[in-house]
Amino acid sequence: MVKVDAAGESSLINVRDLDKTYRRGEEEIDVLQGLNLDVRQGEFVAFMGPSGSGKTTLLNLLGGLDVPTRGSITVSGDEITHMSAGKLTEWRARHVGFIFQTYNLIPVLNAFQNVELPLLLTKLSKAERRDHVEAALSVVGLADRMKHFPRQLSGGQEQRVAIARAIVADPTFLLCDEPTGDLDRKRADEIMTLMEELVAKYHKTILMVTHDPLVAARAHTILHLDKGVLVEARQASQDTLAGGVA
Amino acid sequence: MVAKLFFGLLMTLAAIAALLLILTVVGGIIAGLLAPFVGSVPVAYNFHSVRVRWTSTIVAILGIAGTVGVFVAMLSLARGFRATLVASGSPGNALVMRAGATSEMMGGITLDSVRVVQDAPGIARDQSGPLVTQEVVGVVPFPLLSTGTDANVQVRGVSPNVLRIRTFVKIIGGRMFNPGLSELVVGKNAARTYSGLNVGNTINFGGGRWQVVGVFDAGGSSFDSEVWCDAHILSQVLKRPDNIFQSATVHLSSPSAFQQFKDAVISDPRMNVDVVREIDYYAKQSTTMTRLITVLGGLVAAIMAIGAVFAALNTMYSAISERGREIATMRAIGFSTWNVILSFLFEALLISFVAGLVGCLAVLPLNGLTTNTMNFQTFSNVAFAFKITFDLLLMGVLFGLVMGILGGLLPAVRAALRPVAVALREL
Repeated sequence: MVKVDAAGESSLINVRDLDKTYRRGEEEIDVLQGLNLDVRQGEFVAFMGPSGSGKTTLLNLLGGLDVPTRGSITVSGDEITHMSAGKLTEWRARHVGFIFQTYNLIPVLNAFQNVELPLLLTKLSKAERRDHVEAALSVVGLADRMKHFPRQLSGGQEQRVAIARAIVADPTFLLCDEPTGDLDRKRADEIMTLMEELVAKYHKTILMVTHDPLVAARAHTILHLDKGVLVEARQASQDTLAGGVA
Repeated sequence: MVAKLFFGLLMTLAAIAALLLILTVVGGIIAGLLAPFVGSVPVAYNFHSVRVRWTSTIVAILGIAGTVGVFVAMLSLARGFRATLVASGSPGNALVMRAGATSEMMGGITLDSVRVVQDAPGIARDQSGPLVTQEVVGVVPFPLLSTGTDANVQVRGVSPNVLRIRTFVKIIGGRMFNPGLSELVVGKNAARTYSGLNVGNTINFGGGRWQVVGVFDAGGSSFDSEVWCDAHILSQVLKRPDNIFQSATVHLSSPSAFQQFKDAVISDPRMNVDVVREIDYYAKQSTTMTRLITVLGGLVAAIMAIGAVFAALNTMYSAISERGREIATMRAIGFSTWNVILSFLFEALLISFVAGLVGCLAVLPLNGLTTNTMNFQTFSNVAFAFKITFDLLLMGVLFGLVMGILGGLLPAVRAALRPVAVALREL
């Protein structure tokens, strides 16, 4: 259950009074203002909003790729907002799986090697890594494409490899930035079906940014961001909690 | 006072900067070499990347390889020259010259002094008496076979027993000259380099008419570039006093007898001479030319190295800018800045190692190739060979690695420190 502006003691992700301000020359741009959010384990949340509304900034902050100007983000009890850059890097490796619009696979590595990348930061043996990679590629339906390089795969297949890479180390949650933005409708549907399966079958928590209402509709909850403020929330199934802060 | 202080401060800062640079390069090389073991980015990534971006890789390799080649060639030239001169001296021989003379050409030792030397303790003897060769040297122009122009040859008047003193010298064609006759034996390099120095030929120089009767092999030493004859005959032809020589070379009863011999000769009140080990004399003779070759070669290599470092910098910067998305993705996944730096240092080392090998292999055929140069101590031509040794090749490869690190470090650090969110947004 996603709650906006709630206490959220039992939530997996807990965001409080989050501000992000960028400075461009003399001008200060408030990208996010006083944002509150709670996301529980196993939820699938879509963020929508016009360009410049702060969707990607929020995703970057949640993923520890950027630090907020004010406020706190707590994930599984760890407050990440005050972590050093080094600690944050380690935290990302353990807790976050990223899925990008342009897949961001390493072109000179094959599918297996791409998926194996996050596991190289763990203490797993080579055999264990192989097992994990094969399992992840099986989940996305590409067990037979392990030796293929990204240029030998279709866009949809590339995104599946990227999803396998995101889930292979069993992160706490997945962050997806326009995961279907470069795909046609059919491939986008396939990817969304896969994401739904990750949530339903493997209890993954997914936070996704998208422009596409059809894609967003596949999430449990859609949150709208406008000018740095969460202005509307729609819960797809039940317990719809609308609310805004600002 | 202020200027002195300023200069001192400047020198201190320069020394600190140099130290930091050395530490950075050494640290960079060590880190890059350890990358496959301590880094997390797979080295396959670097191997693939180098192969995929082969055009810019080849440009960097050629730049570094060319520099390494020049570096190794110059050093091998200096080494070869030094080895040739050092080979001329034997640790079991001592050279006696006028006190203060820095070369034989400036020496002057009387027959009376030679007699004293012959009676000194520590000298080896055989049935013919003490093993001492009193020598006269002159410089005579001979036409080069290659160009027909004249080049100076050192003509050395020696005692007939010289082959028992310089035991490494062997007659390999014809015979030794006969004492009292205008006969010449020529070093094998001289025979190959100048026209008319073949066995059986008669040549004119110094107002005399000489017959070439033999060729000797002096084991690659500078004597191979010389022409030898009877010292008394040469003195007459060059119109020099018959009782003055330029040096005397003594074969010692053993190398350890040197000090005893030297003490005895120097402490004799009738003598005004210096005594040095022959090997030290020739080593010292080689220093001016060796230094000249090394400095000039070093200068050329340094200028080329600057170009090569920029080529490497350019290659690494373009590699990194092409890979902005990949680096940002790896950083997002959880690879640390340190992992990214290690990975790019490894890649720079990979390129420069291959370049170093290519540079070394390119100049390897020069090994043993003979060339000539003027020895400024004797004003005569010396033939010597490029001497490429294993340690020189190692130095070449190391030089290549240094260039690689200098070219790779900045781009690697820049790539690693770029904020991930910014890098991802700009793509």
